[in-house]
Amino acid sequence: MNETINRKASLAMLESMLLIRTYEEKAAAMQAAGQAAGTCTSIGQEASAVGVVSALSMDDLILTNHRSAGHLLARGADPARLYAEVLGKASGYCKGKSGSLHISVRELGVVLTSTIVGAELSLAAGVALALSMQESSAITACFFGDGAACEGSFHESLNLAAVWRLPILYVCENNQWQAFVHRRETMPMDRIANWAIEHGIETATVDGNDVEAVYRAAKAGIAHIRATGQPYFLETYTYRVRGHYEPDDQSYVDKNELAAWRTRDPIDQLQAKLQLSASEAQALRDRASARIEDAWNQAVGAPYPAISELTKDVYA
Amino acid sequence: MQQLTVNDALGQALAEEMRRDPKVMMFGEGVATKRQELLNEFGAKRIRNTPLAEGIIAGAAVGAAAMGMRPVIDMLFAPFLTLAMDEIVNSAGKLRYISGGQFSFPLVAIAMTGTGWTVGAQHNHNLEAWFVHSPGLKVVMPSTAADYKGLLKSAIRDDNPVLFFVEMSLSYELGEVPEGEHIVPLGKATIRRAGTDVTLISYGKTVRACEAAASLLAEKGIFAEVIDLRSLKPLDEEAILTSARKTGRVVVVHEANRMCGVGAEVAAIVAEKAFVALRAPVLRITSPDVPAPSSYPLELAFTPQADTIAEAAASLFTAQMEEA
Ligand SMILES: Cc1ncc(C[n+]2csc(CCOP(=O)(O)OP(=O)(O)O)c2C)c(N)n1
Ligand SMILES: [Mg+2]
Repeated sequence: MNETINRKASLAMLESMLLIRTYEEKAAAMQAAGQAAGTCTSIGQEASAVGVVSALSMDDLILTNHRSAGHLLARGADPARLYAEVLGKASGYCKGKSGSLHISVRELGVVLTSTIVGAELSLAAGVALALSMQESSAITACFFGDGAACEGSFHESLNLAAVWRLPILYVCENNQWQAFVHRRETMPMDRIANWAIEHGIETATVDGNDVEAVYRAAKAGIAHIRATGQPYFLETYTYRVRGHYEPDDQSYVDKNELAAWRTRDPIDQLQAKLQLSASEAQALRDRASARIEDAWNQAVGAPYPAISELTKDVYA
Repeated sequence: MQQLTVNDALGQALAEEMRRDPKVMMFGEGVATKRQELLNEFGAKRIRNTPLAEGIIAGAAVGAAAMGMRPVIDMLFAPFLTLAMDEIVNSAGKLRYISGGQFSFPLVAIAMTGTGWTVGAQHNHNLEAWFVHSPGLKVVMPSTAADYKGLLKSAIRDDNPVLFFVEMSLSYELGEVPEGEHIVPLGKATIRRAGTDVTLISYGKTVRACEAAASLLAEKGIFAEVIDLRSLKPLDEEAILTSARKTGRVVVVHEANRMCGVGAEVAAIVAEKAFVALRAPVLRITSPDVPAPSSYPLELAFTPQADTIAEAAASLFTAQMEEA
């Protein structure tokens, strides 16, 4: 399937990527200024988040991980409430109990976010099982990294999804890094999709920095899931441009590799493709900045949770 | 004396033990990246990065330990130990016994834990008591840079699997570490502050809170003895009982939650073996039974603080308590 994407849709994806980039840059800057705890930013990977999430319907469910801001913002999360969560404020999506690492937003269908790498893969099987038991037509999109693919739960999840025909869109964001270890040190091949093929699952590996290509591939994967009832595996091949978390001096990163990927920035590429004038591009950036500044200020001004919150939400 | 961060004290212990014994090796997620100096000195065979997979990291350590190596594994944050529970608890902890003593497992699993970095419940979980409750394992949780170094060296030399917990909020704190060979034996507590009236027993960073509480109590004329357990298994019963018999009042403090925590064991030992010396009930000051929150004020409220400890200790001197 080769879905055409009209200019309006592409512009919307550009705006979404800009919002994510601006959000992450602000979070990193505030960490550096000592005003926020460190976060795992998704800078450089915006196309993967926006391309996939744009291809989903609102009743589809999403599981994500520690590097979730892109997925959440692409889904429509309020940056003010995300920052509030990062700052441990009561208005955060998890009342400040999560912090940046495990932000679930059930009202947006972003469920069971866990920072235990590989947990998303286990949990996605159950989420998809429930959806299929309930005869829902929704699918479950599970975002995880190349590092998560090294956990046993990766194979356990794919195998169960294949034999139980679970409607899961696996989205492996292969960003070449597993915290401070290069992916190359952890596996003999480049493409994680190869492992999925051996589980009998249809796959595609796509340029994860080309948002339109990601969108099209996600649409095709979703169509496959709906047509066959089988899971689908989409690998977005991309790069973690900043450190694992803030602060991280990236002293262990190959400078040439980083520089090469920087020239393939997903935002710059789409902007060039859409042939935006300098002033049009600037206007988009200004709009994102204004929204992010406002969100940050709201979060900073928000109150902390009452101490009585400490012992709430432990049991149902 | 040299001033080292806890992290550097651990690095020094690792380097010294690797120099001393070629069987010592270390691996884990990012070990070779983060301990570059060890990689440079000992090479890529002995210092390894691993794939992101705790089960196989621990399993490989257990297998290698049984066959003559002395692996040290970095499990990063304590909650990730749950992905290696089978290898640590069922294999390292039991295969010696169920094989009739044919194997031993000289390995060390290092993991960070504790409040202070607002990382939330999936990076911070004081689950040390789980391992205390598992036969065949030893458990260590020091509070000073010198003890981190000396106990890690002992843990590496020990022929049993040792869980070695590091308080993340202490990792970059400077402390005095004796020059030269510095060994602290497993299973020995230490008195951080001598006193006569009440014993504050703790481990990890709440030892600091106990020391601060002892200062607050001294202002009221109450002289608290502060005991740092350092090793949770073996547990230094002798040190606990000697102090309990001397003061007749015991407060056990830890950040792990109360129910079935190490404090419960300490209280039971005191009740069983020093009952007649007690002049008041044994108290426990712990975190509540909740996952560690991220939000700063909640994290602070979760963590035992000096004033609460001092208040609890002072309450043991009221007439009611004396009767109880
Ligand atoms: C079970 C577990 N092990 C280790 C970690 C520490 N950790 C957090 S993120 C990360 C790297 C994850 O790599 P990947 O899955 O590729 O995701 P990325 O960070 O690249 O997005 C590590 C090692 C963790 N959170 N959970
Ligand atoms: Mg990765």
